[in-house]
Amino acid sequence: MPEQTVIEAVRETMQAEMRRDDSIILLGEDVGSRGGVFLASDGLIDEFGENRVIDTPLAESSICGVALGTAVNGMRPIAEIQFADFVWPAINQLVGEASKVRYGTGGAKTAPMTVRIPYGGGVRGGLYHSQSIEVLFAHTPGLSVVAPATPYDAKGLLASAIRSDDPVIVLEHKRTYRLVKGDVPTEEYTIPIGKAEIKRPGTDLTIFTYGLMLHYALQAAEMATAAEIDVEVLDLRTLRPLDEDAIAESASRTGKALIVQEDTPAVSISSEVAAIIGERCFFDLDGPITRLGPPEIPPMPFSPLQEAAFMPSPEKILAAITKLAEI
Amino acid sequence: MVLSRYLDERVWLLNRQGKAAIAASAQGHEATQVACIEATDPSKDHYLIYYRQFTAMLALGTEPEEMLRGFLAKETEPMSAAKQFPLHGAHPRVDLFNFSNVIATQLPQAAGVALADKLRGSDAVTVVYFGDGASSQGDTHEAMNFAGVHKLPVIFFCENNRYAISVPLEKQMGIESVASRATGYGFPGVQVDGTDVIAVHEATSAAVERARAGDGPTLIEASVERLLPHTTDDDHTRYRSAEDIAHMSERDPLRITSDVLKRRDLLTEYEDDEIHSTAKKRVNVATDTVDAEPYPGVETMFDHILNDSDRNAEVFRNA
Repeated sequence: MPEQTVIEAVRETMQAEMRRDDSIILLGEDVGSRGGVFLASDGLIDEFGENRVIDTPLAESSICGVALGTAVNGMRPIAEIQFADFVWPAINQLVGEASKVRYGTGGAKTAPMTVRIPYGGGVRGGLYHSQSIEVLFAHTPGLSVVAPATPYDAKGLLASAIRSDDPVIVLEHKRTYRLVKGDVPTEEYTIPIGKAEIKRPGTDLTIFTYGLMLHYALQAAEMATAAEIDVEVLDLRTLRPLDEDAIAESASRTGKALIVQEDTPAVSISSEVAAIIGERCFFDLDGPITRLGPPEIPPMPFSPLQEAAFMPSPEKILAAITKLAEI
Repeated sequence: MVLSRYLDERVWLLNRQGKAAIAASAQGHEATQVACIEATDPSKDHYLIYYRQFTAMLALGTEPEEMLRGFLAKETEPMSAAKQFPLHGAHPRVDLFNFSNVIATQLPQAAGVALADKLRGSDAVTVVYFGDGASSQGDTHEAMNFAGVHKLPVIFFCENNRYAISVPLEKQMGIESVASRATGYGFPGVQVDGTDVIAVHEATSAAVERARAGDGPTLIEASVERLLPHTTDDDHTRYRSAEDIAHMSERDPLRITSDVLKRRDLLTEYEDDEIHSTAKKRVNVATDTVDAEPYPGVETMFDHILNDSDRNAEVFRNA
């Protein structure tokens, strides 16, 4: 099984899916000859041509609005938003429009579209190349939101997104693109949307997380073995719908829940996970549901010391593990 | 056009009776909508409408009962199963749709619909309608720019009635016409009198021909009169001058069209009366039928959220 980076898995999945299905097209800024600013579509224009790999004008609302139009007329578009920070002009076409196409037409029209969005920080991206934007999409009925953190999950979830008959937002943490490597089978496979995965089994407490923080959580869990704390790490993988059963099962079994995210905590994914655990696991808990996230300031400062102070880290997660384990 | 007028009037009456929650009227827009649709091919073309396309809906074969089910939100409403406002959703027989109330979102979508046709080599044309207010939206610019770049088979059809709710044209734009903007996108823009069925038909036919030939988009601006307030919730005496209101009926497309036909001996008084009495009866029958129909039950509010019905049930009934 070959080892790949996340970005390689993304590229090869799009390539394989486009070979499989002629109705799949790519749209986005610089996705053609440039191959995307992260090279997610590197070489695809050479294989599939300008009709299927479309360099769009620099206008996010029309990238998503045009993609939606092609989707309701027989295509399966994959729209790329260059950075999550630039998605706001397109929110209307995604949250306002695409999410409600099936519901608002009584099932007569569907929008089988994928929107890939590189998000997240820790890359010296400052306020406008670091944002986490998942909450708005995850709040929206009619959308699915996936956030794969490994090359294996990136391939399986992207394939599921492309094959879905409804709009799916695929959030790719840009720091994982080249940092994270893993084995990826060459044959095609899909991972169901809405299924979390235990990435590290444990007995003393569970960390619930996603994206880049999964890797920091796994490092912190390893560090915690020195103190003989056995940490389970559950990768949410899909942010809408959340895998409520997997969350409740793990929280009930270990009795302690630590939710780690890079996004600011107020009214966020961690709020929702905490609510699920509170509602379903109250009598099984041995400690307070604990959340670890950055401070409530605009994400995230450009200068290096402040960026580092903003981001959760394995060390900060270890401190939270230790505190919760002692209760 | 006559049927549209009577049905439109009935809907306002049903609103005043408390039966129709909201209505936007097409009165004054009838001629332009009929003439435009007549120049297209409903068997293959696409229509992205907005909320004032009442007459266009009828011209595309929507039955009066179906229209009324939209306004009264009845169980068998065909566009959205009564989830949405009237005229929103997707038509059951032709490719006409209107996803939302948000102004101008349909323009980039229309460019996408046309792009898919172009990629497949289809000669279908996409017609997208909008008002003068929508011309100010960023989506309008983005859509026209995209369509110009790719020479898409799309007709941008602006029904300019000079008011965006209450805001008059001179506060909407610093230029005289929407059509003149087409130059900036690299395709033709034409102005036409929207009360003149022949002029609208000719302009649309030329745009359809151009689109089918692969020569790209056209922007048509039809000037029309909005004979009623923006919606049943509006009062245009608050912002239109008494003089403006007094002169509105001079631009009533029904009277203008009927006069033209009579002058050319294409319509007799007797035929005109017959058309009116037939339309009145048709509206009465439809009203009685639909008024007696039930609303959708609560259980169908969970339908059609996502394709995966099990996932729907799990996610949303748990909530």
